[in-house]
Amino acid sequence: MFPRRILFTCALLFSFLLAGNSLMAQTQKVALVKLPHLQKYLNSTSDTTYIINFWATWCKPCIEELPNFEAVQKQYAGQPVQVVLVSMDFAKDLDKKVVPFVNRHKLQSTVFLLDEPDQNAWIDLVDPSWSGAIPATLFVNNARKQRLFLEKPITLAQLNTYLTSTFSHTP
Amino acid sequence: MKKPYYLFLLLSVFTLWGASAYKPAEGGYQVGDTATDFKLKNVNGQLVSLRDQKEAKGFIVTFTCNTCPYAKLYEDRLIQLHQKYASKGYPVIAINPNDVTASPEDSYAHMQKRASDKKFPFVYLYDETQEIAKRYGATRTPHIYLLTRSGQDLKVAYIGAIDDNSGDPEKVQKRYVETALDHLLTGKAVPQTSTKAIGCTIKWRNNS
Repeated sequence: MFPRRILFTCALLFSFLLAGNSLMAQTQKVALVKLPHLQKYLNSTSDTTYIINFWATWCKPCIEELPNFEAVQKQYAGQPVQVVLVSMDFAKDLDKKVVPFVNRHKLQSTVFLLDEPDQNAWIDLVDPSWSGAIPATLFVNNARKQRLFLEKPITLAQLNTYLTSTFSHTP
Repeated sequence: MKKPYYLFLLLSVFTLWGASAYKPAEGGYQVGDTATDFKLKNVNGQLVSLRDQKEAKGFIVTFTCNTCPYAKLYEDRLIQLHQKYASKGYPVIAINPNDVTASPEDSYAHMQKRASDKKFPFVYLYDETQEIAKRYGATRTPHIYLLTRSGQDLKVAYIGAIDDNSGDPEKVQKRYVETALDHLLTGKAVPQTSTKAIGCTIKWRNNS
């Protein structure tokens, strides 16, 4: 009887471990989206400040500034501030490069891959001043009629300044 | 002992500040503007200027580099463009404007290697001071400026992307540069004079 109970306990423990492991290994999904999905953020009328950053796994200055967006998302938790990371990687690289990157860096912000290869058709919709170089970031809050577009890397200090001065948020 | 330490701290803060100050091109050429000549070093060591090439009807000036995945995806298409249009009077002039400190693999030596590995049939010039990229208003790689001769001048006829699908040459629908060239070669107005595309930001030198 006794060894059997130990066996049972072991099996129980083992199954818990397995369940725990599978939870740990759960990966953040990265959706493959079309333009209307991005436009939901661009045209949203809710009083939320969206920080929409265009990046790619192959873009060195983009990757270097990603921690700033992650940090600001954490600082403004509970505030109507949402970071949206829009990957410019190719759709075919979603599972091979983008998902592993997002999980390796444990990105917490909203991430999706915009699969719209004809970039000339939508770049102006994000901002007419955008030439197409990345990194590029749009701050938009339509309810407050505020927007700010930057075609260059951003520091955490700059992110905070824009959020507090232009969009009147406090962390 | 304390004072110099603070001074050093202040200095390093300013240095960091400077390092983060990317300077994108302001202004630059618009379609219809006259492009001025330049003299830049080719990968074979020779200085190249547009004025030297008197037989050319114009140029496919392309800001590109060794490192940007988008630029690399277009290398074969640039070679094809040159093969198709150089004999018709429009050669490709590739220019690398990236700062070597910010992007070490965009050095002149790496350019030479890339040009020889890919057997570039066109010149590949080094814009070491980044002056030409700034004058043109280039922001990314690849970034095309199609120039066409008008009397003594070279006029900007098209600015933008090569085509509408960087990732997959098989799925290209619109060949912007080819369409523009075909119109120029038959004396017609270019139907679409500017396009935008995702590309790698030019790696500007600090405080330049």
